[in-house]
Amino acid sequence: MPWKSVLRAGVAMAALALAATACGQPQDLGGGASAPPVAQGVQFQPGTTMARLAGAHTIRIGTKFDQPLFGQQSLSGSLTGFDTEIGRIVAGALGITPDKIQWVEAPSAQREELIKQGKVDLVVATYTINDNRRQQVSFAGPYYVAGQSLMVKSDNNTVTGADSLRGTKARVCSVQGSTPAENIRKYIDPAQLTVFDVYSKCADALRTGQVDVVTTDNVILLGFVADSNGAFKLAGDTFTKEPYGIGVTKGDVAFCTFINDTLTQAAKSGSYSTAWKTTAGKVATQTPELPASDSCS
Amino acid sequence: MDIILDNIGLYRDGLLMTLRICLYAAIGSMALGTAIAMFRVSPIPPLRGMGTAWVTVFRNCPLTVVLFFCAFGLPELGINGSYLWFGITGLVLYTSAFVCEAVRSGINAVPTGQAEAARAVGLSFTQSLRDVVLPQAVRSVVPPLGSVIIAMIKNSAIVGAFGVGGELFSVQARLTSAQGLDLIPVLLGVAAGYLIITIPAGLALGMIERRVAVAR
Repeated sequence: MPWKSVLRAGVAMAALALAATACGQPQDLGGGASAPPVAQGVQFQPGTTMARLAGAHTIRIGTKFDQPLFGQQSLSGSLTGFDTEIGRIVAGALGITPDKIQWVEAPSAQREELIKQGKVDLVVATYTINDNRRQQVSFAGPYYVAGQSLMVKSDNNTVTGADSLRGTKARVCSVQGSTPAENIRKYIDPAQLTVFDVYSKCADALRTGQVDVVTTDNVILLGFVADSNGAFKLAGDTFTKEPYGIGVTKGDVAFCTFINDTLTQAAKSGSYSTAWKTTAGKVATQTPELPASDSCS
Repeated sequence: MDIILDNIGLYRDGLLMTLRICLYAAIGSMALGTAIAMFRVSPIPPLRGMGTAWVTVFRNCPLTVVLFFCAFGLPELGINGSYLWFGITGLVLYTSAFVCEAVRSGINAVPTGQAEAARAVGLSFTQSLRDVVLPQAVRSVVPPLGSVIIAMIKNSAIVGAFGVGGELFSVQARLTSAQGLDLIPVLLGVAAGYLIITIPAGLALGMIERRVAVAR
């Protein structure tokens, strides 16, 4: 009787489950897509965050683990995405190689707490800069300006932008209670809006023809376009501005300024556009310019 | 309190939407459930089997699963329609199983002698059910049927997750995550909205119960 093998399988599954629930802990996940330059023998003023991190030869970076094209963990455990690459660029400027970075999962709702409790040194996680969040953390960047956009079936040529929605009577899908769902109400009649609890349901409704348009931030839509094997595309330009910043401890002006300088350097040297092209650029047509930095405060 | 008063229009629209869903779903599920109950007590074995299978499937599947099949399964089969009607269809299918059992218990509560007497004076199965058994069954069916309908009104909150916008429970998501208002007062408003529907529904059922009650 194969009781032993049943038992063994059970133990293996329990171990797997334990491993799967061990998120939120710093993990060493080497193996990235690109290799941004790593500074050699850098010196920083003693007492600064940079000096501490460069001395420790390690950095804890919070990012998304489930955001396609920006920060997504593969089954083998390695992280890929534009946010991840930006994190590697900043670490490289501190003289820290990618394999010494400790990645910490930073879901949207936990980002401020991770920074405030000192569990991460910085957060790069599709983190929109806004005034509410500025009360709690400081932002370097922005390093990218996302915006709300529209996703349609590839053969749809009638929807050309948010202003075309009312005229074409397009049925629009978004997520209940999200900012994009509230924004789009300005462009459509209430009867045109369908809301679900998650975007994947909207994508399914688009596939079966129950709705004509899915709307939210372009980066989330790009992830669905990438997974659709050419069935979906983006329509028109973005019509809101969501500047993505790098969150650091509130008031750490020196670190914030250092990150902004690093981003400017990366834009000059081309590693910024390389980071884009090897990740989100595989789906997005245009490579963005580095936006002008906000002042650190 | 201010949060509720400031958004009273949104609550009112949600209340009306939920009322509309529940009205259609109540009519549909009572008609369908009674029909299935007749199947289950009929003398024709295939009909009885169908009735039993119906109740087994829809009473034992979570409502969320039924709604999933309506909202995402039907379009997959090429049936496209509004999510409002998919949601109502799901509620009707699910609730009909419970209505069926409530009605069947009422039919079983009518003494067998009544049906036998009806058949003895020469009424057909349909006639005896329609004119003798069901009118008596209604009396004992009202209280359990009332519970089923009130449960359905509360279940209607789930259709909000399946593309039906604007029903009462979805008001919560619009006010809290989109506008950043406090969750508890917003939810108290939602609860009050449901009570506005369910309490009068319960009172109405009590009235119907007293009206149809006959001392035996």
